[in-house]
Amino acid sequence: MADIAVHEEDHAHTEHGGYDDHVVHATSTGLSNNKLAMWLFLGSECLLFGGLISTYMLYRGRHEGGPGPSQIFDIPLTSVSSFILLMSSLTMVLAVNSAKRKDDRNTNLWLVVTALLGALFVGGQVYEFTAFYQEGLGFTTSLFGSSFYTLTGFHGVHVTVGVIMLLALVGAITRNRVTGDKAEVVEMVGLYWHFVDVVWVIIFTLVYLIPS
Amino acid sequence: MSATTDHAAQADAVEHHHAHDEHVPSDGYFIKIAIILAIVTALETSTYWWPDSMDSFATPALLIMMAIKFFMIVSIFMHLKFDSKIFSLMFYMGLVLAIGVYLVFLFTFQFFRP
Repeated sequence: MADIAVHEEDHAHTEHGGYDDHVVHATSTGLSNNKLAMWLFLGSECLLFGGLISTYMLYRGRHEGGPGPSQIFDIPLTSVSSFILLMSSLTMVLAVNSAKRKDDRNTNLWLVVTALLGALFVGGQVYEFTAFYQEGLGFTTSLFGSSFYTLTGFHGVHVTVGVIMLLALVGAITRNRVTGDKAEVVEMVGLYWHFVDVVWVIIFTLVYLIPS
Repeated sequence: MSATTDHAAQADAVEHHHAHDEHVPSDGYFIKIAIILAIVTALETSTYWWPDSMDSFATPALLIMMAIKFFMIVSIFMHLKFDSKIFSLMFYMGLVLAIGVYLVFLFTFQFFRP
């Protein structure tokens, strides 16, 4: 999409006495190209997770020689993990709102809380994987095991990447190294984080709760 | 295009860009939504303790609750409800394509056969 050549530049004094270069690129749609690209990326991620979820659905009954879903899933533990990830979406949206109010202190606070909740979720997943392995479900034990670990593992990697992005963003905001529209940068990371949460909403229901 | 028209188009574009930033719900609104999502999650989890005889009711109930949570997060937390329809188009195109492709995939492998 072609950008219109002229940019609107808005130089404002920051509380540190420096300049906050807030550059709004006027685009032919009037929308942020970064945001458009992020939504397109998230749309393509639906295809990735759709493939992993449907493969799991197909193979969840194939657990000859190893434990099956009903024998190993710990629903109360997974419910707590789901609740933690859901609450991290709330803290993320509070970070985005703080960024829109140009309140750096609260933006950083909510971003750190979101990262901590995300790390807690990943910790729960590591604990769950360890427990499953000790109960006899390895990656190659059965088709159920392979598809389960691939799906939840991919999701766990996405959460881990999200935690790294959140912490990197906190560092960048603290050192005043965010270029362009700070609120939009926080919103971009927020969109990724909410998507990771929304994928878990589907995994929690289809993989853990619906009886096979 | 003349310089005047260019300038007007740019002004419109910037104004449009800012117009989308104006719809910012309050923190309290998001907290209310999170409470609703937490209640729905608790209801979902409660189905684990339902008797086996209610399995045929539990599955559709779980799918409905999953859809409610999905659309609440996407439309409210991800701001799709307040943003331009183009963003919704980008996302839902991918989602609909994924659902279509993988439903065909599951039908091909006779997943839905009783």
